[in-house]
Amino acid sequence: MQPSALAPAAVARASTPAPSSSSSPRRGRGRRRAARRAGLGALGIVLFVGVWQLVPTAGLLDGRYFPPPTAVLPRLATDLGDLEFWRNIRRTMSTWAIGLVVATSAATVLATVIGLVPFLRSATHTTVEFLRPIPSVALIPLCVLVFGIQPQAALVIIVFASFWQVFVQVLYGVADVDSVARDTARSFGLGRWSRVRHLVLPTALPYLMTGVRLAAAVALILAITAEMFIGNPGLGRALIFAQSAGDYPQVYALVIATGLLGLGVNLVFRLVERRALSWHQSVRGEEVP
Amino acid sequence: MPDNLLTVTGLRKVYDSSTGSVEAIGDITFRMDAGELVCIVGPSGCGKTTLLKCISGLLKPTSGSVELRGRPVTSPPPNMALVFQEYGRSLYPWLTVRGNVELPLKHKYPSRSERGRLVEDALRAVGLDHAAASYPWQLSGGMQQRVAIARAVAYQPEVLIMDEPFAAVDAQTRADLEDLVRALHRERGMSILFVTHDIDESVYLGERVVVLSKSPTWVQEDVHVDLPDDRDQITTRALPRFTALRTHVYEQIQRAKRGEAVRPPAPVA
Amino acid sequence: MTTSSGAVARSRPRHRTWQRLVGGAGFALGLPVVLLLVWGIWASFAVSPFFPSPLVIGDAFVSTWVGPSFLQDVLPSLARLAVGAALSILLGVVLGTVIGLVRWLGDLLEPLLEFLRAIPPPVLIPIVAVLLGPTDAMKITVIVAGSLWPVLLNTIDGVRATDAVMTETARSFSLTRTERLRYLVLPAASPRIMTGVRQALSIALILMVISEMFFSSSGLGYRIVYFQRNYLIDQMWGGIVLLGLIGVLLAVVFSLVERRVLRWYHGTKEVARA
Repeated sequence: MQPSALAPAAVARASTPAPSSSSSPRRGRGRRRAARRAGLGALGIVLFVGVWQLVPTAGLLDGRYFPPPTAVLPRLATDLGDLEFWRNIRRTMSTWAIGLVVATSAATVLATVIGLVPFLRSATHTTVEFLRPIPSVALIPLCVLVFGIQPQAALVIIVFASFWQVFVQVLYGVADVDSVARDTARSFGLGRWSRVRHLVLPTALPYLMTGVRLAAAVALILAITAEMFIGNPGLGRALIFAQSAGDYPQVYALVIATGLLGLGVNLVFRLVERRALSWHQSVRGEEVP
Repeated sequence: MPDNLLTVTGLRKVYDSSTGSVEAIGDITFRMDAGELVCIVGPSGCGKTTLLKCISGLLKPTSGSVELRGRPVTSPPPNMALVFQEYGRSLYPWLTVRGNVELPLKHKYPSRSERGRLVEDALRAVGLDHAAASYPWQLSGGMQQRVAIARAVAYQPEVLIMDEPFAAVDAQTRADLEDLVRALHRERGMSILFVTHDIDESVYLGERVVVLSKSPTWVQEDVHVDLPDDRDQITTRALPRFTALRTHVYEQIQRAKRGEAVRPPAPVA
Repeated sequence: MTTSSGAVARSRPRHRTWQRLVGGAGFALGLPVVLLLVWGIWASFAVSPFFPSPLVIGDAFVSTWVGPSFLQDVLPSLARLAVGAALSILLGVVLGTVIGLVRWLGDLLEPLLEFLRAIPPPVLIPIVAVLLGPTDAMKITVIVAGSLWPVLLNTIDGVRATDAVMTETARSFSLTRTERLRYLVLPAASPRIMTGVRQALSIALILMVISEMFFSSSGLGYRIVYFQRNYLIDQMWGGIVLLGLIGVLLAVVFSLVERRVLRWYHGTKEVARA
């Protein structure tokens, strides 16, 4: 078997995302292309808003329940000047942040310990594979019973969902530690703790970052879901209130707000992940699905 | 009676970039007859791959023309087959060896049994009939390149173009593969255009060696290899004539690298 | 020269195989059994109305779900889930392939799609619910509107990242458009597509449950909330267990399909790692 046969292909594939852009230096063209892309992207959004405007105006959907952007966007602008809107964002984001921190730290510690001890790894495997696919929203009724509409109810759901994202990635990361590097560390008499610090954690860090990015997105989804269906205060509850009041421009404005929030979270964590990856590219293979 | 197969006339390729344009190929003119095995050799970075992509219709030349059987090549012609250097990326890992060899035949030969016969025959020719049901990634590098060759053979092209096909395999495998190429040429009369940076390989394989200059590239010399047709890794390479030719080509390449060779006013045919 | 060493099955002495099987079963079942025991003991000492013992839950599970209510509530839920997930995958792959192949279309839609994907899917439920009412169409629309994006965006990325040499190979052998799609583009993108499908399935399950919990008068989600509101704790737990089982079943089915579809992919990965 020739491992070298496939390795260069994988490297080359990773470095050339666009099929045809590898043949010559084209920086000037690249810049022009970036401008074209940005222009087309903006045009795409404008077209989308245009279609959205047409659908209720042409009567394809009822304008009362499907308000046009001319009703929604001004409403969003008003919201942006409203203190209660920002308070709701703060409530949502603080539940999100607490849930994410709790899930990440618990998952990192547990996954590192379990990943390092083969006995624990085999003993927990089925339990993990059974618990992980359970949809966290199934726990909503239980949490409502136990905690009522307190934020703890939301936290349980957020932590349960985002815990697995981090846990699984860190487990991959710890398993990815190079065996030669581990033997080297052992032969130089590094103790258990310094092996973990200097070998295991650096190897697992990029995986951790991927896990945290996935967990951040999941945590936001569940933070808002919990507010909607458990009723703890935040953007989600505001959305449900607006809907029961029949205030559909507000419902749509809040949907856009949650989308922007999600976009922001994605962008920030993708940036953080890329940072972590850039100085660890060598220790990591291709994307872990 | 020379039977003209491939004609490259005044081929030039310029890449545009922000820092100005780069002339990869200056002016290349040569021709190849049916049934010939021609090697193209040149210093590294002389635009061999660019030349091949122009010849195979994958890349548009800036000026000049490529004609196959008198017809200008503007897109990959159906009577030409390519073997790439990167066998790992040119074979499809989701298809078996048989599937890979069969794929280009699907629209050429609608009959399944006809295709099956061609595939069997090509795999036997490269000595891989036992591995038809394996996947490429289960094979060694040399065997993967054999699959790529079998795919080209089954396609029954008028000309087979090989782009540094053995650059990524180990020396022993390489010798075996070189003999395979010689055998395909001798036994099946295949016309082969073989690009390499290895001088020994070019002399051992070719009936002609086209020596390229450094970039912007032109044809520095067209060497006729007057070695016997029956070649053998040990005896042929030990012939004084082999050594002489190798030394000659080597010197030409060295001159090319130093840029000493002077471009002739008219191209040599 | 040998063929794959991976194709050669190594035979082991039989008693060691047995030992491994028993050991494997011990590892597989040990922790779950211990956890259930601890829970059972804890539940029989501490009197918490919300955490009945596993035996009680098991009883309630059987009496609630085995019988007509399986046909009434569970099967329709599963059918909606299946239809919604299948539609998302189909739409995602078809649209994603087109968008991935046509560069200007991709440039045009990319920022928009990034935004649409970032919307937390459950917020779409009230919107779709008011437009379509508490119908099956509503639930399926909600599922598609939420789980389409991971398939779509992953397909676009996968299609775009088709290897340059593989594309040139297809061109040099003059493969037709359909052949390129069937034998190059789609298989090359399949690892990414499967990543998207995995995410889509878990989102689809979440959306099925919530849309039934809060905007429906039938289905699994509705029943669980009904039990909760009527303080039928054992039955509610039974429902949660059933949802868990469905999640696990979905994951198992997915990983079986994935292992089959991506056999070549895992194979190449293994070779590269060796």
